[in-house]
Amino acid sequence: MTDVPDRTAPYVADFEAFARNGASGAPDWLKELREGAIGRFAELGFPTMKQEEWRFTSVAPIADQRFILAHAPGSPGPSGTPVGLPAPSDIERLCLGAGPRVVFVDGRHAPTLSTPADLVGGARAGSLAAALRTDAGGELARAHLARHARWRDSAFAALNTAFLADGAFVHVPADVTLERPLEVVFVSTGRARSEGPLVSHPRSLIVVERGARAAVVETYAALSDGVYWTNAVTEVVVGAGAWAELYRVQREGPHSFQVATTHSRQDRDSYLGLHVVTLGAALARHDIDAVLDGAGAELILNGLYLLGGAQHADHHTVIDHAQPHCASHEFFNGVLAERSHGVFTGRIIVRPGAQRTDSKQTNNNLLLSTEARADSQPQLEIYADDVKCTHGSTVGPIDQMQLYYLRSRGLTPEAARSILTYGFGAEILDRMRHPVVRDRLDRLVRERLA
Amino acid sequence: MSSGIEAQVLQPYKYGFVTDIESETVPPGLSEDVIRLISEKKGEPAWMVDWRLKAYRNWLKSPEPHWANVQYGPIDYQAISYYAAPKQRPKLDSLEQVDPKLLETFEKLGIPIEERKRLAGVAVDAVFDSVSVATTFREELKKHGVIFCAISDAIREYPELVQQYLGSVVPYNDNFFAALNSAVFTDGSFVYVPKGVRCPMELSTYFRINAESTGQFERTLIVADEGSYVSYLEGCSAPVRDENQLHAAVVELVALDRATIKYSTIQNWYPGDEEGRGGIYNFVTKRGACRGRSSKISWTQVETGSAITWKYPGCILQGDDSIGEFYSVAVTNHRQQADTGTKMIHMGKNTRSTIVSKGISAGRGQNTYRGLVKILKGAEHARNYSQCDSMLIGDRCGAHTFPYIDVRNSSAIMEHEASTSKIGEDQIFYAKQRGLSAEDAVSMIVNGFCKEVFKELPMEFAVEAQRLLGISLEGSVG
Repeated sequence: MTDVPDRTAPYVADFEAFARNGASGAPDWLKELREGAIGRFAELGFPTMKQEEWRFTSVAPIADQRFILAHAPGSPGPSGTPVGLPAPSDIERLCLGAGPRVVFVDGRHAPTLSTPADLVGGARAGSLAAALRTDAGGELARAHLARHARWRDSAFAALNTAFLADGAFVHVPADVTLERPLEVVFVSTGRARSEGPLVSHPRSLIVVERGARAAVVETYAALSDGVYWTNAVTEVVVGAGAWAELYRVQREGPHSFQVATTHSRQDRDSYLGLHVVTLGAALARHDIDAVLDGAGAELILNGLYLLGGAQHADHHTVIDHAQPHCASHEFFNGVLAERSHGVFTGRIIVRPGAQRTDSKQTNNNLLLSTEARADSQPQLEIYADDVKCTHGSTVGPIDQMQLYYLRSRGLTPEAARSILTYGFGAEILDRMRHPVVRDRLDRLVRERLA
Repeated sequence: MSSGIEAQVLQPYKYGFVTDIESETVPPGLSEDVIRLISEKKGEPAWMVDWRLKAYRNWLKSPEPHWANVQYGPIDYQAISYYAAPKQRPKLDSLEQVDPKLLETFEKLGIPIEERKRLAGVAVDAVFDSVSVATTFREELKKHGVIFCAISDAIREYPELVQQYLGSVVPYNDNFFAALNSAVFTDGSFVYVPKGVRCPMELSTYFRINAESTGQFERTLIVADEGSYVSYLEGCSAPVRDENQLHAAVVELVALDRATIKYSTIQNWYPGDEEGRGGIYNFVTKRGACRGRSSKISWTQVETGSAITWKYPGCILQGDDSIGEFYSVAVTNHRQQADTGTKMIHMGKNTRSTIVSKGISAGRGQNTYRGLVKILKGAEHARNYSQCDSMLIGDRCGAHTFPYIDVRNSSAIMEHEASTSKIGEDQIFYAKQRGLSAEDAVSMIVNGFCKEVFKELPMEFAVEAQRLLGISLEGSVG
């Protein structure tokens, strides 16, 4: 199961340098956490296709290259030197809403590009590194960081935890309502060093406390088409009776790699809408681990992946019904063109005693070329009897009857095909609630399909 | 549901008796010598011994699979006896020479070996531990050119046919249990249906494990030549014992141009007691190859027995326009575990497959559907429809669904649906208010749930299956 050790060794060496210098100011609990995580990463090694979880995705393109930590100690970072920072207009066009934004360049906070967050009710949106330096932020981080992400099971989440330094930190105190969605933007410059391409490990923590309401838009994008690797982890905590939405747009560069994990934990009677749109990266893997940990919690999980060229995207979702009376509705659509390969694995677990669970999962794949490939594994694991669980999965080309109908109304084959393909994607967009974000995403999808 | 039903006594396993018969058993353990000994007892040609040894050497190297969603302690392969046969065999010419105790055993199991008691024209091959005891209607079938005999007889009498097809669908190195089977298989049935022949009667094999500390490793090979049709049924049972016995069979089906093979199984191995003591480990590899154009293979299985079931009857759809079907009912009660499903590999153009799986879990049973639908690049316009429904009875059981879907051709259409539910209290209430007992109501609802599969079974088997289902679930309502 473990890979040849020399693949992980450079990262362990990097970690030692990182721990010696840049991370020395960290509190003890964080140091311990990082130490444990790098040990776990070395133990697990890069996954291989022999492992069930990675059956359809080879991470060899990542494991075979030597990626250099984007913010190695002593190197000039964008936060210190404004030289090389992207122009505000570049960031502007990546944003989906008009809300306050927090911007990260190659994994580090860029205050000059971020808008000052003037938030009501003591809510905070900023950099995790900054929050860790304050008492209140440190306490909050300590209570939640790495408590939800199962880094012990995943080499990539462990690596992220080992290099945990910066990322978004969003805290909405109890009963506070944020009207506008918060925007979190992770841009990669795609610049490489002489030793090799760069890797960043953004780590975000979103805490929406009891009875609060907030929406966050998370965007991952590139400013050039260089080779780089983003290894992200986001933890979302939704308190009792809270309402939260997280939009996640992945528009990484065409030669980049992204491995990411989104973990959420919901308390009693809370609502979480998680919307994932995957457009970029040569190789992308996104694990979504959602735990419904309080009675009456509701989860809406939508996903759309539009792939072309030789892109490979793997979505791995686990919805864990740990408590009774919870509902989850998952809907993932994939449009696969050219030689792209889409993988979807969705597991629903209903724990013993989680009675009255209502869970529905659907994965549909549209194949636009004979070279495209789709793998779909919907899975149910049920240990309670009074439940309603269904899943469905389809793979197929554009429906000939629908095509015929549109052509009979005078549309050209190309126009008919494009309408039907767009409609397939729109099915997911229509399930998103925020009108402004939805419109912007709709435009993105149209551009992509044009 | 009322506690009165809960208190219902569980009906014991009906086929749990032991036949007191002197048998010849090879001492426990597996080695090249044991394999040579088995081969010698069967009077096999040299190529067969070599093949077995090749499989054995491969088995030594291969790891035991543990990916299935089942739990069991380690199996000591050296503690199993790989050959057990009732004594007094040498060459039976007619049924009169068969030990009456054996006849009685099969009589008790309801299997008609005596031809005069012909049951709706079903030809039976009766396998007792490691050997075939009798095969009925051999002569009658021969008139039509159909060969139906024990596989050990076939190896001697039709070596070319066996050599051509044995291991061509499930190679000796296919998986751990297939390799083990290839090394030590003892009996099983061989069927060959020649060109254009529609087999005049149902063929059937009944497997009975009797001896203690043995395993049963049978091998079945069915070849349907161009334009032929055959329907084959398989049944099995074993005595009640505290130990776990291993049953690792391999079944290979080959359908050539326009041929159809219908393979039905009613699996009723001893499932162990309420606490999960004893029972058969049923680790089986079954696969059919639709080699010819427009050929068809249909699997129907009713799995009610065994402590653990690990079984994925599959179809390799090589010929253009070929069809694969899989209909399954799997029941787990008490501490039974089942990890079963199918594999449909689409290679030819316009190939079609249908999967209907019904899983019923009761008590502390764990029932897993695991299936693969793979549509390869060349499989233009392939079509698959899969439906997996699970029913849960009681809150300590589990139902799991793990379908694997891999599509590499954009003209293919693949649909998968699964649902999990429990028997509605309103349904039971309705049936009760119409004067049915809760027990009858459940049985009716369960039978309705499985109807789609039962209707695929030959008539006598469908009746048997419904009855079995009733027995397996008795005492589980509550």
